[in-house]
Amino acid sequence: MVLRRVLFRRGDNMAAGNEILTMRRITKNFLGVRALNNVDFTLRANEIHALMGENGAGKSTLIKVLTGAEEFESGEIRIAGINQPVINHSPQEAQINGISTVYQEVNLCPNLSVAENFFIGRELKKFGVIDWKTMNKKAKKAFDDLSINIDVTLTLDNYSVAIQQMVAIARAVDISSKVLILDEPTSSLDDSEVEKLFSLMRKLRDRGIGIIFVTHFLEQVYAVCDRITVLRNGELVGEYAVENLPRLQLVARMMGKEFDDLAAVKRERSEGAVSDPVTVIEAKGLGCTGKIKSFDLSISKGDVIGLSGLLGSGRSELARAMYGADKADSGELEMNSKKLNIRSPLDAMQAGMAFLPENRKEEGIIADLSVRENIILALQAQRGIFRLISKKDQEEFTDKYIDILKIKTSDRETPVKNLSGGNQQKVILARWLLTNPDFLILDEPTRGIDVGTKTEIQRLVVSLAEQGKAVMFISSEIEEMLRTCSRMVVMRDCSKVGELSGDEITQDNIMKAIAGGGSV
Amino acid sequence: MSDAKLSLSKTEGSNVFGRIKDKLFGYNFLLFVTIGLFIIMYIAGLIVYKDKNFGNTQVFLNLIISNAGLIITSVGMTMVLIIGGIDISVGSVIAVTCMMLAAMMEKGHIGAIPAIIIVLLFGILFGALQGWLIAYLKIQPFIVTLAGMFFARGLTAVISLEMITITNKTFLDIAKHKIYLPFGGSLNRRGVMVYPYVYPTVVLALVVLIASFIMLKYTKFGRKIYAVGGSEQSALLMGLNVKRTKFIVYIINGFLATLGGIAFCLNTTGAFVELGKGFEMDAIASTVIGGTPLTGGVGNVFGTFFGVLIKAVIETFVSFQGNLSSWWSKIIIAILLGFFIVLQSLIAMKKEKKR
Repeated sequence: MVLRRVLFRRGDNMAAGNEILTMRRITKNFLGVRALNNVDFTLRANEIHALMGENGAGKSTLIKVLTGAEEFESGEIRIAGINQPVINHSPQEAQINGISTVYQEVNLCPNLSVAENFFIGRELKKFGVIDWKTMNKKAKKAFDDLSINIDVTLTLDNYSVAIQQMVAIARAVDISSKVLILDEPTSSLDDSEVEKLFSLMRKLRDRGIGIIFVTHFLEQVYAVCDRITVLRNGELVGEYAVENLPRLQLVARMMGKEFDDLAAVKRERSEGAVSDPVTVIEAKGLGCTGKIKSFDLSISKGDVIGLSGLLGSGRSELARAMYGADKADSGELEMNSKKLNIRSPLDAMQAGMAFLPENRKEEGIIADLSVRENIILALQAQRGIFRLISKKDQEEFTDKYIDILKIKTSDRETPVKNLSGGNQQKVILARWLLTNPDFLILDEPTRGIDVGTKTEIQRLVVSLAEQGKAVMFISSEIEEMLRTCSRMVVMRDCSKVGELSGDEITQDNIMKAIAGGGSV
Repeated sequence: MSDAKLSLSKTEGSNVFGRIKDKLFGYNFLLFVTIGLFIIMYIAGLIVYKDKNFGNTQVFLNLIISNAGLIITSVGMTMVLIIGGIDISVGSVIAVTCMMLAAMMEKGHIGAIPAIIIVLLFGILFGALQGWLIAYLKIQPFIVTLAGMFFARGLTAVISLEMITITNKTFLDIAKHKIYLPFGGSLNRRGVMVYPYVYPTVVLALVVLIASFIMLKYTKFGRKIYAVGGSEQSALLMGLNVKRTKFIVYIINGFLATLGGIAFCLNTTGAFVELGKGFEMDAIASTVIGGTPLTGGVGNVFGTFFGVLIKAVIETFVSFQGNLSSWWSKIIIAILLGFFIVLQSLIAMKKEKKR
């Protein structure tokens, strides 16, 4: 019923009649699961249209169906200027039909010049040979028109990911300039680069291109988009003009819950606080030259310590020093009142620590191994290779954590690479929980994860603390820390500059402490 | 506000000096180092071996004459390395080329020209088979060409275990045909002006070199080779036919290996089983010294040419020295190879850091 109402409202909006892409009643089954169920999507010229939804909502599937990477069972895709319904069989065919996609990973050749990347496959020729001069000139002009001021004769690997992405976008719109899909383009960019990308997007929009923007970052949606389509569980929730959908409403639509659910995390936390603190781990003057200045820090059972600070302020370095990933060269570390001498991560594990690294793709998951093998990894390492965990135990442990953490996987032998980012993160979390650590370090555990899974992980952190574990939580999102942490350590310029606890933990206080100057 | 000019940081090409620096210290840098190294070695030779006429034009031309086959083969190897592959069969292909030529002319009494055409066709077929296995069945090039290496060497031995000396008149006429240069002559002991000369193989090598350069730099196909070598995945997504590009590169390489073999045969005018052993490694070494890393996507055939010349100069030094074992040239080449590999990875690391 909700669905019908939304459709009706959108019908009014469509009066403008400048749709360049309409997808109607798209249905797609994937391994017996209905990945898309009667989904409608409309893109107009001159608009940046956010496609929002949690993991598994059907965003990627919808994009794949549109670009021909996946087939669909029923429904209809129409593109302006083409009289009959369009079915793309490959990304190349989609491109011919005017639909280009730029992914987070730049799909260009780093060894070729910018101009060549711009033209490859459709090089300009003169007297039968490639006309480099004209190609360089035309590429230069194309980039100048987009206010991208770069030397097009240099190889692409001279430029940052941000610039490479813009080159990919410039190429895409030059080849086919109707629909541009940007799939998570901002994940590896810093703020100023994101702003540059946005001004490029606006410029393209003003030229009449329709842009589909897929992202996890809510702020970015409000910074650049004109319209939002929300999907949930493979179904259309609705299409909204940005100004008609406040942030909280968007989150609620994506999750299918009311926002109060989110806020509840913190409340749960304060009610369950441990009254009589038992110190789990204590750093005294711990420091690591060139990485982190000496600091004191004591963490008790039931604590969730947040580390806040700007990027590069030493948050990860502090955690790494405590875990022994970077060898400390001053001070000492005590765990459960025993002095620790950590020489390797294995020592730290044996002592009862666990560390979820920031970069799960490179340092965390082993993509080709199954869920079970990934989960069992740390426990096996802790026990040593001569005390194998029996297959039965392995399966039992795996099933237990799949259940506790609600890991969405078809079964325990599925390769981890087939899971979504959020579920991969849960697998790593399960791996460490299985070692039953006293002290758990989580470095950006919710980065790149959809809102729903984020909340689940936050809740989990709080409940782990309630079970008597000491947790260190690092995140770039202050709201998330406010909700989960019982104490907050503030970092600035590679040193610990303050600690906040209880009611002191407010966004205002944290900002002040990060900025410095005021008393903490 | 949305129109604000995107101002990029200075590392991204806003000042002229930075731009020149970026260009100079990119992969082109390797080419400059190779050419520079050759020039330094050549000048050093002029000084040290002054009394042995090192500066004589003919001595320089001999560097190319004795390595014409290697130049041709290395040009093919360069393309294979640019596309990210490798071919270790070329030494054996050269042996079987020579053996087939010799056997056909001496035992089969086939004319020199038909024999040459037949071996070239064999080379194309051989390259096509290897290329098909590598491109379409996605088997590692190392393994495919290892099998190719054994096969070609085995075939050489099956044709004849004995050495065959070529006596075919047409063939020898081509082999011994001196092409005199109209300049650079010098007076010999009797006071007669002697002009320096080259053999047809040198002309062939230079034609192959220039044709390959033009193909790599100025044709769509040539650029595809670089694109595939740079990132196969990206090339595919940009709509390039990755498999066909690889396939054709191995065909060209097979053709050039037999062409190199013919040049080699014109030099030796004979064939035996052990001929050209380790030649594939010389070709790879010259290519790498010439600035083409094994990682693919980068490379220049002129660099390869100078890579061959550097190897030739080292060998000339060692032979001029007289009392040195010729194996010393291997040691020096090994050191150079090490130097260039380190240089290449330093450049790659620098690029990585910059991003």
